[in-house]
Amino acid sequence: MARSGRRRRDRMRWSNLYTFSCFRAQHGHAGDAGPSSDGAGAVGGPGFSRVVYCNNAALQKPLKYVTNYITTTKYNIITFFPKAIFEQFRRVANLYFLLTAILSLTPVCPFSAVSMIAPLAFVVGLSMMKEGLEDWRRFIQDMKVNNRKVSVHKGDGEFDYRHWKDLCVGDVVRVEKDQFFPADLLLLSSSYEDGICYVETMNLDGETNLKVKRSLEVTLPLEEDESFKDFQAVIRCEDPNPSLYTFTGNFEYERQVYALDPSQILLRDSKLRNTAFIYGVVIFTGHDSKVMQNSTESPSKRSRIEKKMDLIIYILFTVLVLISIISSVGFAVRIKFDLPNWWYLQPQKSNKLDDPSRPALSGIFHLITALILYGYLIPISLYVSIELVKVLQAHFINQDIHMFDEETGNTAQARTSNLNEELGQVHTILSDKTGTLTCNQMDFLKCSIAGVSYGVGSSEVELAAAKQMASGADDHDIPLQDIWEENNEDEIELVEGVTFSVGNNRKPSIKGFSFQDDRLRQGNWTKEPNSSTILLFFRILALCHTAIPEINEATGSIAYEAESPDEGAFLVAAREFGFEFFKRTQSSVFVREKHTSSEGTIEREFKILNLLEFNSKRKRMTVILQDEDGQILLFCKGADSIIFDRLAKNGRMYEVDTTRHLNEYGEAGLRTLALSYRVLDESEYSSWNAEFLKAKTSIGPDRELQLERVSELIERELILVGATAVEDKLQKGVPQCIDRLAQAGLKIWVLTGDKMETAINIGYACSLLRQGMKQICLSIPTGEQVAQDAKKVAKESLLSQIANGSQMVKLEKDPDAAFALVIDGKALAFALEDDMKHMFLNLAIECASVICCRVSPKQKALVTRLVKEGIGQTTLAVGDGANDVGMIQEADIGVGISGVEGMQAVMASDFSISQFRFLERLLVVHGHWCYKRIAQMICYFFYKNIAFGLTIFYFEAFAGFSGQSVYDDWFMLLFNVVLTSLPVISLGVFEQDVSSEICLQFPALYQQGPKNLFFDWYRILGWMGNGLYSSLAIFFLNLCIFYDQAIHAGGQTADMAAVGTAMFTCIIWAVNMQIALTMSHFTWIQHLFVWGSITTWYIFILAYGMTLRSRDNYQILLEVLGPAPIYWAATLLVTAACNIPYLIHISYQRSCKPLDHHVIQEIKYLKKDVEDQTMWKRERSKARQKTKIGFTARVDAKIKQIKGKLHKKGPSLTIHTVS
Amino acid sequence: MDPLEMQDDSKKSNKPKYSKFTQQELPACKPLLTPSIVISTFLLVGILFVPIGLASLSASQEIVELVHRYDTSCVPLADKVGFIQDTKTDKSCTRTLTVPKHMKSPIQIYYQIGDFYQNHRRYVKSRSDKQLRYKDAVHLTKDCEPEVYGADGAPIVPCGLVAWSLFNDTYTISVNKKAIEVNKKDIAWQSDKNKKFGSDVYPRNFQNGNLIGGAKLNESIPLSEHENLIVWMRTAALSTFRKLYGRIETDIMENDQLTVVIQNNYNTYSFGGSKALVLSTTSWIGGKNNFIGVAYLTVGGFCLFLALFFVVLYMIKPRTLGDPSFLSWNRCTLDYPN
Repeated sequence: MARSGRRRRDRMRWSNLYTFSCFRAQHGHAGDAGPSSDGAGAVGGPGFSRVVYCNNAALQKPLKYVTNYITTTKYNIITFFPKAIFEQFRRVANLYFLLTAILSLTPVCPFSAVSMIAPLAFVVGLSMMKEGLEDWRRFIQDMKVNNRKVSVHKGDGEFDYRHWKDLCVGDVVRVEKDQFFPADLLLLSSSYEDGICYVETMNLDGETNLKVKRSLEVTLPLEEDESFKDFQAVIRCEDPNPSLYTFTGNFEYERQVYALDPSQILLRDSKLRNTAFIYGVVIFTGHDSKVMQNSTESPSKRSRIEKKMDLIIYILFTVLVLISIISSVGFAVRIKFDLPNWWYLQPQKSNKLDDPSRPALSGIFHLITALILYGYLIPISLYVSIELVKVLQAHFINQDIHMFDEETGNTAQARTSNLNEELGQVHTILSDKTGTLTCNQMDFLKCSIAGVSYGVGSSEVELAAAKQMASGADDHDIPLQDIWEENNEDEIELVEGVTFSVGNNRKPSIKGFSFQDDRLRQGNWTKEPNSSTILLFFRILALCHTAIPEINEATGSIAYEAESPDEGAFLVAAREFGFEFFKRTQSSVFVREKHTSSEGTIEREFKILNLLEFNSKRKRMTVILQDEDGQILLFCKGADSIIFDRLAKNGRMYEVDTTRHLNEYGEAGLRTLALSYRVLDESEYSSWNAEFLKAKTSIGPDRELQLERVSELIERELILVGATAVEDKLQKGVPQCIDRLAQAGLKIWVLTGDKMETAINIGYACSLLRQGMKQICLSIPTGEQVAQDAKKVAKESLLSQIANGSQMVKLEKDPDAAFALVIDGKALAFALEDDMKHMFLNLAIECASVICCRVSPKQKALVTRLVKEGIGQTTLAVGDGANDVGMIQEADIGVGISGVEGMQAVMASDFSISQFRFLERLLVVHGHWCYKRIAQMICYFFYKNIAFGLTIFYFEAFAGFSGQSVYDDWFMLLFNVVLTSLPVISLGVFEQDVSSEICLQFPALYQQGPKNLFFDWYRILGWMGNGLYSSLAIFFLNLCIFYDQAIHAGGQTADMAAVGTAMFTCIIWAVNMQIALTMSHFTWIQHLFVWGSITTWYIFILAYGMTLRSRDNYQILLEVLGPAPIYWAATLLVTAACNIPYLIHISYQRSCKPLDHHVIQEIKYLKKDVEDQTMWKRERSKARQKTKIGFTARVDAKIKQIKGKLHKKGPSLTIHTVS
Repeated sequence: MDPLEMQDDSKKSNKPKYSKFTQQELPACKPLLTPSIVISTFLLVGILFVPIGLASLSASQEIVELVHRYDTSCVPLADKVGFIQDTKTDKSCTRTLTVPKHMKSPIQIYYQIGDFYQNHRRYVKSRSDKQLRYKDAVHLTKDCEPEVYGADGAPIVPCGLVAWSLFNDTYTISVNKKAIEVNKKDIAWQSDKNKKFGSDVYPRNFQNGNLIGGAKLNESIPLSEHENLIVWMRTAALSTFRKLYGRIETDIMENDQLTVVIQNNYNTYSFGGSKALVLSTTSWIGGKNNFIGVAYLTVGGFCLFLALFFVVLYMIKPRTLGDPSFLSWNRCTLDYPN
């Protein structure tokens, strides 16, 4: 019963309120005569074969459409093994290892088969486990969606809940407010009388404003559960396709055919808003639904370092082939000329592998042997180690307590772990706006009424500037960051500023309302000089909107469902001022007014005569109403420029003051709207209304134009009342984060679907733009040209705009001058074309900040691609909505904000964070670390494998190139898998050049990544050279020491096993000492792994020596090498000889050419930061890159401005210029 | 339970638990290469290495070594290969050596072969460790190609090329015309004798084929007691190698005349290899090995030099540790004063 009561309240004819968008298509009636729309003619033809029998499972079943079960997993239980294995061996490296493993089963192989197959199985198994785990997560996610419940018609007018996955085509469902649609539905009826409903398509296109959908008139009576008892209809429509905005189909109901269009279709994953419930018929289920058809497989991304690593692998492979060829030629020569003489090999009984009569053939066989033998140059364990390290690094990112958001309970998530190090090399960040930078929540902050500015609350920029000024104008060296660090970010205690008064701590207790000014609160406004204008101002706020109130029955408080968050903020503001809008009927708006605190409340009813809606073209909204006295009023709010153009001569009283205030608000990063009114007399209104009604009921394409023209007629001669300033609530810490990212040398582009004005406002709010910045706005002038001509003209005009912009930048002399590029979507469409994109990019690079507005999802991706390919540097895209998916997938790194709405962006992303501000820590701390770790790790890996692999090659030259290895098979197997892998993994996981606080304090350190200081060719070749040197030292020193002499007092000489084991001991020592020298951060884990590896070697050789498998290595340590002093002496000598050059290098580098992190390490080590705090602070402030954008730059500019003013007044203060 | 509360709980449970490990804040030692550490490291290495070098060099200098190559002098110049392959001729050859210095017992006797690729893969592989070890593993010969079966088709024990090519020159030594005993026991590693070569495995079918490789083995003595075989079976790492032949357990005085009667049986002439007889004393370092001493002295000396170099470097280009003027942003401003 309660529901039906509520339902009556909801039943309003919205079409009467709205003028523009709620116009009902006429062809619904014309449909009586058969299909009428163009597309419907194709129904039943190819591509339009779908038939839906509504509410008739018996007929529907045989058609066998897919169920509503969705799966986004790559594998299932049966396909996992074959598919995952196939995936693994698509990697060239793995294929190579597979090939060698297969060959190891033949006599060609120099090793035992198990020593080739075991590591491969380990590597592949580990990777497959990772794949399986990731797929399992996807499966769990799918199951969550599949098991959501929806109310479905069971028959006989009864509805019951069912899992989403059990939903079938043709089912009638009932979706309640704030639920997601489980499949693509045909809207039959809604809780509103005229069958409309509001839909939020955030998940599909990222737009937060609500869209209106409406049902066919013929299905309107199906408004209750019972009415579906005998409901039968047939839908014939298009086949599943990915186009979100089109739909063609016919609806056959009660022996009549009606055409369907997209406005009746509710898409899966969009949300029902502001509507109590709807009934709908399922048309497309599961993977047939449009949103699933749209989902593309996310491209696999690889980091720059990994790509370069591939190149190095190719180089090493070339070396490998080269030495193999040398080896096999040597072998063939030996076979041909020497083998016949080597009677002890019984050459007469030789097989084809070493046949002196066919040396070429033997040589070719030997090539394969050699390729396998020297395979240690290409580290099989590199891939698995990197994989493991990255997973552990990702785990640390996930576990970082500083990236945990208390509000949403989300941690940062590294969704793909193979891009960790890329985070340390980002050059450009492309950011979405709504939901990423802003919360999409508006706060009413200031207003200007009758030329007086009210509201003492300050925006964040003003707060910081005031603090800076107060803290001592002379001491400019104290960076702004200290202010943030010393205070808790939200609670900035403020002293009286210079030019503006600042209130106490801002503690916005009411959502959407941060206004503070006692002149207007608690009814004090009645004492103000212009109280009548103020009254009017408040009435406009309370009346000029399209929102509906929603009373919380439990508490009695009112919430507003508004189309835009601005409007919601206005209504909350009006309520706080004592003008509570509480009820809306078909024709009236009811407001409870309470003028002074002593007075009681009065309920007033305003009759709404007309409502001229807001749209982006009109940029204003008007409501015409009649008050209780019968006076007809027109209230209009809109963009200042639009309103000022339409002011009456006597309405410009406050224009000058208001304009000044608007500029101030704009500078403070606020969104502004101007409010105005007009009093209409009865006759003027009725004559206009007649014309308006005529336009409204007119049929034809020019209806919109007609309406617009008629609207123009009445929206003039306005009287300005004032202006509002609303703060688009930025997410917590966004300006600071942008500031610090800019200081770390990152470029930030904002790509937003918003209109230009909003985008610019947000640019101001998050300090990407500031007053005094030269703005270059690129847009296409709206002309009346013929379509084809228009394109050409537009292009030419854009070209000249870009050229002018570039010219302007070039001619600029002032080094402090900053440029901002603002481009609008239409212009961007042209600018992204091949012939213009480079010019555009060049201009954009020159500008300190770039804002693209009205950008479609596709354009976002295209811009990302342009930046990625044009600059050739790493790009990072961050966004939260489904409209950012393209961008996220296109960028080198995609970061999804796991905010309130939707999961699409997160699902497509590589990393997800819950707040934009965490990006700083993700990049500057984790990115920096991961980059250095991976770079060092890969370099070391190549070093160690070259040092080891080449000794095998040298030995060949001494063994007649026969393919004999000096080491035992097991040593070689364990070298990569056990003996040297853990130290390098601990390097990759735990190494820190500086602590996380220092990373944050010295953003300049981040530049080591984008400049690629740790993985450039100089460094890579240096490490390879080191490897080459080490291999030579290890091999020849050992050879000379163990050449032919006795190694014991007992007289026994060293055999091959002894030499090999001694040499191997030296290798283990040398490479582990090397990594110890490389590390700068030893926790107990590194100690354990490095020294443990060496110990493991001795333990292994002891244990191995106990088994007879070890052949000549039996008891080698206990009996042969252990008692021989020369063995220990050799180990010491070779280890020292191998590491001295590197030690010289790092000692010299540190003393003469120290890198930034070296100096900082020293400062920290000597505790200079504690002793000399001024130096420490000074360096910290210098470590920030000079930025032209961001909070700091903005505050600097503001301070300059204020000081400039002061300077004019009195000479005591000097202008401090920032050099 | 209130759903809101439940949600709150789940939010809280999501929160990563603080631990020094997960937050990467484990206490760590961060060694720093300060000038004093650099200098003292090099100094320390130098100070450590030079004495070791001197000690091993002096140990090596004390060793008396007598190398006598006899492969060329013990064959007729004309047809070396023919001579050596002829089983009927007498191949004994007497050489006289003068001992240059007092040689303290025990004196090791080695044979040294050059250009013999005992490390060739085909050679190294050709053996059966199981067969050598276990009595009933006679048939485990698959690795022994191409020396597997004797003329009668039965498996050879020990099979394979390594055993087949066993060295068979013999030396009879007399000092000042007085024969002295050469002890051929305990020349192999103890563990080889005990574990790798079976005491119940007897040679069978050995050197019975068409091709005779080297020495024959007494079929009544178990493999574990054929120490010359055990030494031979430890293949050498390089193509020139020494293997222990026996020991003389009496001292030999300076200028003593050594007469060695060599049975020059082993064919190194086909592949042009050398053969030599070596008598050497040993010390803790093993045999005469100047290289390790020299290498230690070189590295040690170099490190001392480096220590000096860095002292000079730090004096010429002193840099206060943690001097912020070396930070990149400060250096940039030096380059471009603004």
